[in-house]
Amino acid sequence: MSIFEIIGGFFILLGSIFLFLGGLGIFRMPDIYNRLQAGTKATTLGAMSVIFGVGILQLEDNWTWILKAMIILIFIAYSNPISSHALARAMYKSKRYPYIKSTDDNMDAYREINDNQSKEEKS
Amino acid sequence: MENLSFSKKAARFVLHWILLMVVWIAFTSSFATQELLVGAGVTALISILTISVFTCCELPVLCPKSIFYMFVFLFTFLFELVKSNIDVARRVLTPSLPINPGVVKFKTNLKTNFSRMVLANAITLTPGTLSLDVIDDTFYIHWIDVKTTDPEEVHKEIAEKFENILLKIF
Repeated sequence: MSIFEIIGGFFILLGSIFLFLGGLGIFRMPDIYNRLQAGTKATTLGAMSVIFGVGILQLEDNWTWILKAMIILIFIAYSNPISSHALARAMYKSKRYPYIKSTDDNMDAYREINDNQSKEEKS
Repeated sequence: MENLSFSKKAARFVLHWILLMVVWIAFTSSFATQELLVGAGVTALISILTISVFTCCELPVLCPKSIFYMFVFLFTFLFELVKSNIDVARRVLTPSLPINPGVVKFKTNLKTNFSRMVLANAITLTPGTLSLDVIDDTFYIHWIDVKTTDPEEVHKEIAEKFENILLKIF
C-alpha cells in the first residue's frame, strides 16, 4: 500500500463524510432556503474532495488523472453556487416565505425585494 | 468595452488561446506532435469565434499584481469553504438545530458586473450565507444565523474580506 493510496483514501473518506452530512442537513432543515444552505456547501466540498482523492489515488500509475480532476474541480466550484443561487432566486420569485424562528425583524429585506417584484409585475 | 485598442484585443486573444491550450493538454495528456498541432488549430478556431464574448465583459487586465491577488482570493475562498462545511456539520449534528434564519441586505463597492458575480458566488459558499438576488449594487442575502440587520454591519460581517481582495484584482 503506497503513500498515495493512503492520502487519496483519506480525501475520499473526508468527502463522503461531508456528503453524508449534507444529506442529513437537507433532511433536518425546516425550509427550502436552509436546505439549500446545507446542500450547497456540503456537496461542493464533498464532491471536490472525492474527485481530488481519486486524482491522488492514481498518481503513481496514471499521473494525468490529477490534471483532469483539477479541471473538474474548477467546474464544480464555479457551477455549484450558481445553480443554488438560481434555485433560491426562483423560490423567492414564486413567493415562498422563509421559515423564521424568533422575531419578524429579520424579514424586512425579504419584503423589500418582494415589493420591488410586485411593482415590476404591475408596470 | 468595444473601444478597446487592437493590441489589447490581440493580447486577450493570445491569453485565451493559451488557457484553452492548457486545458487541451490536460485533457489529452500527451505531448505528441500531432496532438499538439490539432489542439493548437482547434483552440485557435474557438478563440477566434468567441473573442467578441471575451472582450465585451469587464474581465480583469492580467498583470503580476492581479495574478498574485487571484491566488490570495483562491486560498481565502478554500479556507472559508472548509470553515463553512464545519459550520454546517456543527448545526446539523446538534439535536436542537441552532438556526435563526432571516434575509438581510447590503450595498457593495464593486463596480463591474463580473466582480459582483464572483462576490455573490463566494458569499454563497461562505459560512451560513446564501445570495438570493443582486439588484444593481444591493445584495440580498439569506443568513442562517442572523446577528444584525443593519446594512453596514452586514457588509462588514459577510463581504468585507472578499471585497477588499476583489477591489485589488479588478
